[in-house]
Amino acid sequence: MIMCREATRLMSLKQDRALSFRENTMLRFHLSMCGACRACARQFDLLHKIGEHHPSTPKESTENGGHYEPR
Amino acid sequence: MTITAPSIDQHIAALRPKLIAFARLQLRDSAAAEDTVQDTLIIALEKHDSFAGRSAFETWVFGILKNKILERIRYERRYLSWQDSDQNDEDSFENLFQENGRWQPASKPQSWGEPDEILENASFWKLLDTCLLVLPDNIARVFTMRELMGLTTQEICEALSLSDSNCWVMLHRARLKLRSCIEKGWLT
Repeated sequence: MIMCREATRLMSLKQDRALSFRENTMLRFHLSMCGACRACARQFDLLHKIGEHHPSTPKESTENGGHYEPR
Repeated sequence: MTITAPSIDQHIAALRPKLIAFARLQLRDSAAAEDTVQDTLIIALEKHDSFAGRSAFETWVFGILKNKILERIRYERRYLSWQDSDQNDEDSFENLFQENGRWQPASKPQSWGEPDEILENASFWKLLDTCLLVLPDNIARVFTMRELMGLTTQEICEALSLSDSNCWVMLHRARLKLRSCIEKGWLT
């Protein structure tokens, strides 16, 4: 059985590589019992989305305004 | 329907503040950020004729910027100092948890609300930038390479000559510190 510190390590790792079956099982089991770690997992997921949504990164705009038309 | 395309100069002038903001978060140094953006804009001006409108102009220029930032990081890693770890850093990380590995009562994560609403909220982005700037340099750098530049851990390890496990430890630490900093600002 894993504790919160180890659970946060696995949640972080999950953002960077696929977890093994065993790692995934241990994490899911811990999350099913621990509300604080569930909140933490949602926050790590949110932090993983900042690249797409950060105001200073390019928006994949489909409007013409985002395009420069070479002459 | 004909839309007159703005000139290349106008496009670049409009983009510059965003490029600087991005480079500053990644390089954590205003002068280095200015230099890198300068180099990027020169390339964009020289090569924009060969840019065939395959992707949005902005995305193309950001691609150049990311390469320039990575070049700079490799250079700094090779010739300037890089601190692998720092004792204070270690301490505050351990302080989040009790000896048995459970959260300290004061550090237990709380709910921040609906993710979609948070991402729409300008004050969240301000808070995130502030928290990124107070993170220790080395872990902030690894985190922004991963999450803002979208590099893989393998690419990061290669650029910084770190082992995979070292990289993962730093990302874990960065995420814990960042979430804790954001939570303090977000829920008060």
